[in-house]
Parts: sequence; structure tokens; C-alpha cells
Amino acid sequence: MTYPIEQIRADFPILSEKIRNKPLVYLDNAASCQKPQAVIDSIVKLYSHDYANVHRGVHTLSVRSTDLFEAAREKVKTFINAQSEKEIIFVRGATDAINLVAQTYGKANIHAGDEIIITAMEHHSNIVPWQMLCEEKGAILKIAPMNFDGELLMQEFEALLNPKTKLVSVVQMSNALGTINPVEKIIELAHAKNIPVLLDGAQAIPHTIVDVQALDCDFYVFSGHKLYAPTGVGVLYGKKALLEAMPPYQGGGDMIRTVTFEKSTYAGLPHKFEAGTPSIAEVIGLGSAIDYLNTIGMDKIAAHEAQLLTYATQEALKIDGLKIIGEAKEKGAILSFTLGKIHPHDIGTMLDSLGIAIRAGHHCAMPVMDFYKVPATARASFAMYNTKAEIDVLISGIKSLIEMFG
Amino acid sequence: MFEDLRELYQEVIFDHNRNPRNFRVMENYDRMVEGFNPLCGDRLTLFLKMDGDLITDASFQGSGCAISTASVSLMTEIVKDKTEAQADALFKTFHEMTTGKEEHINLEAVGKLAVLAGVREYPARVKCATLAWHTLDAALKNEQQSISTE
Repeated sequence: MTYPIEQIRADFPILSEKIRNKPLVYLDNAASCQKPQAVIDSIVKLYSHDYANVHRGVHTLSVRSTDLFEAAREKVKTFINAQSEKEIIFVRGATDAINLVAQTYGKANIHAGDEIIITAMEHHSNIVPWQMLCEEKGAILKIAPMNFDGELLMQEFEALLNPKTKLVSVVQMSNALGTINPVEKIIELAHAKNIPVLLDGAQAIPHTIVDVQALDCDFYVFSGHKLYAPTGVGVLYGKKALLEAMPPYQGGGDMIRTVTFEKSTYAGLPHKFEAGTPSIAEVIGLGSAIDYLNTIGMDKIAAHEAQLLTYATQEALKIDGLKIIGEAKEKGAILSFTLGKIHPHDIGTMLDSLGIAIRAGHHCAMPVMDFYKVPATARASFAMYNTKAEIDVLISGIKSLIEMFG
Repeated sequence: MFEDLRELYQEVIFDHNRNPRNFRVMENYDRMVEGFNPLCGDRLTLFLKMDGDLITDASFQGSGCAISTASVSLMTEIVKDKTEAQADALFKTFHEMTTGKEEHINLEAVGKLAVLAGVREYPARVKCATLAWHTLDAALKNEQQSISTE
């Protein structure tokens, strides 16, 4: 069956917007993806017909909301193939999920002199929470290095593993470079020394099939908004035994079993980690996004995006002076580049005037920019709804702006 | 192809971006302040030589986009031989011009800086143009070693 690109494009209303009188070419998907009508409709339907607070009332609307909310949890469970819906914790996003692990698992298990390993290509969200924890505990953050193609140096990674290592926290796909890390191997090596592994899947999950049981990762985190769902919702997956042993994160309503002024007891999983009223509509929207993706098939989306990346890379390399930042053999649909002395912000503004949305900046990965000795890069990132014709618009735009800069 | 952008990217801006003026480290400076825009990574170091309240020389180092490079380059030219009060008045007019709070700006008062008036139509780029001036402001107040636009 051919990939139903026309139908998919019609499913995303924003794609028919005009930007500065030009058809929108949206290539900033690594920052956030656009939303299909099905997701938008699910939120409108909830607020129009089914909305009330969850897990509380005995009234009809509360029951409806709770059912929809918990159905979304079930959908996430199936989507990433977790063993139990108790392992799916709803949080605000990948950043929130990593902070949760740092503040609970980290505080309970990481002590002075212990080591945490991350990689040289992490997003700030997988650096700063660990730095804060290390500072508090007197623990040490170790950085597994990469080569100039943006590939993790596996021997150096392996050499960092030692009895003091208490956690490995690694990005599955780099948002700044597109590198897909050999996470199966990383997990195998870490587990051989009984070290748990957290995977930051924020960037990977819209592009690939994720099976947390096959991966055998201990924690997996992602954000909804990069998976065609609303902002304000993300997921922490954790193996049940680990989550059960962890102290709670925030205290409040919904996460308790009993409260007296002397002592409170906590709810079981997953509610132990979900204090307060959650992002109800956003969680339900995430469930709808997963339904939508399932109708297309993640394997077909991955194949479509791989073709786009190959084509974009091949055309970009024909442009004199264009340098691709991140040339790993295993790469997701991200094309990060520089154009000599033309600053990425100028590239971004100029492409915007042609209706093309890209990201220009450090991509919340300042250490990656330092590594390549560039202040910033321009980044085009592709999603399920992008086309070769849009890449042609991008490439011709880049050529024109080089001419204009002279 | 980029007709809409001509207002923002005027030839003077390309010229100052290609050949920034006063792009040098100053020996024996009296004031040195670093300006940083953490949102985009633009960085500059501004040097001033003072004689009383007179700016006798201004220079800079750093890297940034065409707008920020042209802005700081133009600024180092225009503030030379200005008093602190005159430079401060320029800063205020420039700020009004680029943030668009005033409908009618006396563009003659800012001279060559008028080429940067186009950024008011591009809110995402205003900070590129104003970073230089916020850095100058900090240098004139002589109170900080580094400033940030965020």
C-alpha cells in the first residue's frame, strides 16, 4: 500500500495555513509537531460533552472523564508495550519525567561519590536535573563522548561503567543532531553491571516503534506534543518494581490513600506520582493522537520519514558552503546545518519569509554547539506529513538566501 | 524572492555584517561588559574608552547574526565622541524605534541607526538589535560585568 500522504496532510488543518502569503512548509517538528483534526476534535468533544474532574466524583461526567482518561493510559501502555498500565505515569512532559526520576529514584539511591552517566549529545533536560542532583548529593556526572559524526563512542561509554555508576540516562535520538543511539547495546552493557537505564525518548518516539519490554529499559520518558498530541502532557514509564520502591514526587490530592495531620499514606501506582488534578484534556488528546498514529502505522511513518531524510541530505549536500551537523550512520529525520558565515537566525528569518518554519538556535543543547564550535545551527526536522516537494522549497530557499547574503 | 525582507535586511546591514567596524579588542579600556542573548547564543564584548563622561573610543568582539552584528558595529561608530547623556538619549530613542511603542519616531535623531527600524515588524528579532545597546547601557552605568537579554 502506498503511503497516504494526501489524506494525512488533509488531516492536519494547520497545513493549509498561509504564512506571509506563502503555503506553510512546517519543518520545525523536532520542536513540536502539529495536531491532527482527530486530536483537536477529541478535546472539543470532551469540553463540550464529557468534562469533569477525574477520580473523584460519583456523578456521570466525572465517571465519563475518568473513563476517557484511564483509556488513554491503556493506549499509551499498548503503544509502548508496557507490561501494566500501572507503569504509565502522566506528567507534564519529558522534562518533568526526568526531574521526577532525579528527585525520587535519584534522591533515594544516589549518594556522595556515586556516578551518573549521560552522553555528549543530551538535551538540557537530560543534563540539568542530574547536575542539580549531583550538586546536592556530592555525586559525579560522567559524560560519554561522541565523534564528529555525532556517534556515541561505545568503547568509551563502556569504560565509564564501574561499580560507582548508579544510573545511565541516555537520549534515544538526539534533537540537535538526529543521531539514533544504539540503546539496546547501551542497556545490555549497563544491565550486565546491574545499572538501571533511563531512555529520553522525546525525539525518538514520533519516528519509531517503541517497545519498552523488548528494550528492557528501566525508565522511558517522552512528551505528548512531539507525538502530535497537546502540550502539557508527557509520560514516565518505569518498571513496576522500581516505581513501587521509589518515594513519591509531589504531595497533594490524588496521590494519597489516607491523610491525617500526623501521617499520610500514599496511593498505589500510578497515582502515587500524580498529585493534583492532571492535564485531563491533554491526556485524552494524547490517547487520540496514538489512535490516529495506529491507523497509519508507525512502521510506515518511519519509512516515509527515512525517505525524506535521505532526499533532503542528498540535496543539501549539493549546496556549496552548506555543512551538515550530525552525520551519524543511524539517524532520524533531522537535518541540522550551518551556512558558513550566515548566522542561523538570519537563515530562520529569511526562510520564514518564504513560509518555511525551521528552528535556528542551540536547540537546548549548548554542549553540542560547543563541541562543534558553532554558536547555533539551523535545523529542518521532518514529520509524517512532510513531502519531497516541501524539501525542494527548502533547498531552493537556502540557495536564494545564500545569493542574497552574497 | 525576499521582497518582504528588504525593509529588515538593508544593504547597510549586509555591509556592516560583512565588515564590522571597530571589531577589535581594546587595550587599556575603561569599561568592558559582556552581552549575551541566551535564547540565540549571540555574544559580544563591548569595550569603552572614557574621558570623563565622554566616550572617546568604542570597540567590540563577539559573534551573532547579521542584525546583531550590524547593530553593535553601527553603535560603536555612532557613540564615539558622545557624552554619556547623549549616548543614553540615543539608547532610549533606539529602543523606542525598535520596540515600536511610539508611532512617530524622529529617525533623523538616530542617523544611520534608522536602517534597523525594520526589526519592529519582527518581534522575534528585536533582541538581536537591542543586545548591543543594553550592553552599552550596562557599561555606562558601570554596574555589571555581564548582561543578558533574558
